[in-house]
Amino acid sequence: MSISLRNVRKDYDQQTKVLEKVSAEVQTGEFFVIVGPSGCGKSTLLRMIAGLTPITDGEVRINDRVVNELPPKARKLTMVFQNYALYPFLSVWDNVAFGLKARKLSQSDVQNRVNNALKMVNLTDFKNRKPRELSGGQRQRVALARAVASDADICLMDEPLSNLDAQLRIRMRQEIYNLQRKLGLTLIYVTHDQVEAMTMADHIMVLNDQHVQQIGTPAEIYQHPANEFVAQFFGTPQINILPAKRSAENSHLLTVGSNDMQVALNEEVPADQLRIGVRPDELTISRADSVDSNAVVKNTEFLGNETIVYATLNSGDNVRAVLPGQVNFRGYEPIKVQVGSHLLFFNNDGERIGLTKEEAVHA
Amino acid sequence: MLKSPATHSSTAPVTSDKAKSKAERSESGFWLNAKDKYYAWIFLGPSLLILGVFIFYPMFRTLYLSLFLTNTVGKPTVFVGLSNYINLLTSADYLSSLGVTMVYVLAVTVITIALGLILANYASKQLAGIGIFRTLFSATMGVSVSVAAIFWLFIFNPSTGFLALVSNWLHLPQINWLTDPGWAMLAVIITTVWMNLGFTFLILLGAMQSVPTTLYEAASIEGATPRYQLFHITIPMISPTLFFVSIITLIEGFKSFGLIDLMTKGGPTNATNMLVYRIYKDAFYSGNYAQASAESLILTVIIAIFTLIQFKVLEKRVNY
Amino acid sequence: MEMVAKQKLPQKILNYVLLIILTAVVLGPFLIGLWTSLLPTMDIAKGNFLSLHISLTNYVDAFQKTPILQYLGNSLWISTLTTIAQLIFCSMSAYAFVFLRFRGRKVLFILFLATMMLPFEAEIIPNFMTVKAMGLLNTYSAMIVPFLTSAFGTFMLRQSFLQMPDELKEAADIEGLGHFQFYWKIVMPYNRISLITLGAYGFLGAWNQYLWPMLTTFSNAFRPVQNGLRQLQSEETFNDWGMIQATAAIVVIPTLIVLFVGQHYFKSGMNEGAVK
Repeated sequence: MSISLRNVRKDYDQQTKVLEKVSAEVQTGEFFVIVGPSGCGKSTLLRMIAGLTPITDGEVRINDRVVNELPPKARKLTMVFQNYALYPFLSVWDNVAFGLKARKLSQSDVQNRVNNALKMVNLTDFKNRKPRELSGGQRQRVALARAVASDADICLMDEPLSNLDAQLRIRMRQEIYNLQRKLGLTLIYVTHDQVEAMTMADHIMVLNDQHVQQIGTPAEIYQHPANEFVAQFFGTPQINILPAKRSAENSHLLTVGSNDMQVALNEEVPADQLRIGVRPDELTISRADSVDSNAVVKNTEFLGNETIVYATLNSGDNVRAVLPGQVNFRGYEPIKVQVGSHLLFFNNDGERIGLTKEEAVHA
Repeated sequence: MLKSPATHSSTAPVTSDKAKSKAERSESGFWLNAKDKYYAWIFLGPSLLILGVFIFYPMFRTLYLSLFLTNTVGKPTVFVGLSNYINLLTSADYLSSLGVTMVYVLAVTVITIALGLILANYASKQLAGIGIFRTLFSATMGVSVSVAAIFWLFIFNPSTGFLALVSNWLHLPQINWLTDPGWAMLAVIITTVWMNLGFTFLILLGAMQSVPTTLYEAASIEGATPRYQLFHITIPMISPTLFFVSIITLIEGFKSFGLIDLMTKGGPTNATNMLVYRIYKDAFYSGNYAQASAESLILTVIIAIFTLIQFKVLEKRVNY
Repeated sequence: MEMVAKQKLPQKILNYVLLIILTAVVLGPFLIGLWTSLLPTMDIAKGNFLSLHISLTNYVDAFQKTPILQYLGNSLWISTLTTIAQLIFCSMSAYAFVFLRFRGRKVLFILFLATMMLPFEAEIIPNFMTVKAMGLLNTYSAMIVPFLTSAFGTFMLRQSFLQMPDELKEAADIEGLGHFQFYWKIVMPYNRISLITLGAYGFLGAWNQYLWPMLTTFSNAFRPVQNGLRQLQSEETFNDWGMIQATAAIVVIPTLIVLFVGQHYFKSGMNEGAVK
């Protein structure tokens, strides 16, 4: 059950464009996450795959068959909604059975599927309850059980965890992941939460501004983001993006801020101005006297196993650094900030350019 | 005993994160759009037919008849233009009916709302067993027009009635409630108010209970007396409901027929000859269908105006 | 804290006294009616209001000498059929206004709203002629057919349907439910509270009809109870106050029971249909 999107476009009218040139391949049995900030069109994309919203242009294929004109029912898929779309007047058991009965499965088949699905999500003891008698997590599991019980191999989920509290979200994340693996579902999962995307996905599609920013595995997306937006969207605290200039004396040398730091490259710096991205855990901080320092500490947040240090470079740029363990700084204490070896480079359009840092620069 | 309106709370609210635009909403289920128009006929057909035959057609037919003279079976004979209306609006008799109806409607509305407020105010106090009082206060909602008429006909009966008995005991002069033109209107007003009271009370109580208690708590801290709270918190807060009940009571008042027929038959000497009763008499007793049609249209206009006012004011809460 | 929140005792007693007085005013006519329905007519006529000759004779007479049971049966039948029809037709038209896309939807809805401005009382002349032409005078149908649907009911249910989450419709689309299935299996059960409320209103409305049945029925076989009571008063029983009061009591007691049991629904309906 592979799904393929080819140049999919969605306009509501001449003025309101929602999505443009969306292309992607989703393999059978894959956990595919569509992630982006609110309003990026990710839910609309999911609804187009489901057949709930018409496609303005382009093709959606399921198993190599164009389904643009097929009604949702004929696409053989299930969908888990953000608010679960449970029928309040039906028991848990009947909620799970509802779609199967609508598809006219035999009675024994319905029995088996529903009972299995409820067992799988640990709701067997609750099968006679009404949705209002369940907790949020249990309602979520009823919605999952509906997807599990279905004979469809494609499952679409639209922010299924966003109505749950933080702890429950982590637990349900694992349950959904396990179910997907166990059943071999082809799962397309929409979320605005980068952590959900990173922890569950085989492949992630990052959407922003009506366009696909990048498609890749979590590691690719994190390590080789296509642009500044993707780099900033993933990872907490957010990546530091700092302006940098080609040094006048050495074309291999970049100066960051107002000469606060220097970075030597293996190749010639391709432009006068660049931006470098440094993950907060790639920064090192050492105490320094005011002569040697290039920054002052603004604030620290102790998180138990690590400390986040907020500092301002002499150039006025703010940086975030994550240091292991507990580190104590006074306010406005002068420090020296240095970059590690994993750096990202972006051109002025925000696109990443492939440059590498020369090791052992500083003498 | 009285809870706030039931809501279906079993599904979690949709967070506004991806609040869908109107355009997207209207597209849900778009696959069947092409066939929707056929379904629309099936789903709307029965209601359209009934409303067409018994609401729309009669309105135009009434308008039509009101422009003619009619024979004894209600067939139009001679076109007379607006003269039926002119006759009516220059007839002292009809104008007095109009006036009588206005007096009745206004009195009923004012008294019903005032009493309803008093009942609701006391019934919203936090006291043990208050639920029983709330139930009892709403009791007249279950009283139909003919039952109310029987109860009150006995109370007003000049020879054996309850009021006659009481005034006997107290050595007060006897009042011929229903046969004295000066008193008949009051008798009808009292009966109508009593019938309306249960409904009005229940709505006002509901509105009062939905006023946030923090408002009262804040007022108490600042030392406001209960009376001050009633006039400066409760009544302003429930004013939309007050408005709604007033309009409903007004409209129902204009449509009054049953009590008049049962208690006074429009008398004595037309003292309670209200608009609908008049239409009925002119059409089905005197056979003057044309004139009755003109009266019907005037009534329609009056009621339509009040309904429109109601729609206008409620528009903000009603999504079309 | 508790001490402060609680009312002082004299204040409390005063409140209860006032509540009891108000109750007496509201319930007075009931109580007078019920009391006299237990007294012999002779005592009532003589003004012997505190007579102790209490009995159920008036009730026995009412059942035996008057067609009150026939009237009640007629009303029950008419009201039940009207209610069922309104539930079906109003929910169907409300469904069309919420879940179907078709040209002229808005215009039709405004047309429906407009009918709420046109009082039935002002349309009795043509309606009487229509019913007469259809040969329905003096039948149950005359009292049911004009009220098979209602604009108010459609409007109230539409408000209720609009509050259903969109996802229910989307889930139904994915499962392939057609309009009839969605209407019957999801929309109707989901909105059952509103339907019960509308049912209660429809029933009460039909039960309280007065003018229209008076015009269209002229025999006890079809006469509903409101007009039946009028008939009894106009007949020879007019001065038999005890029995008249008994008939009134027979009519009002079941309504009161229904009302007290169902008042929760009435109230939520008022809020849903109108104020909210």
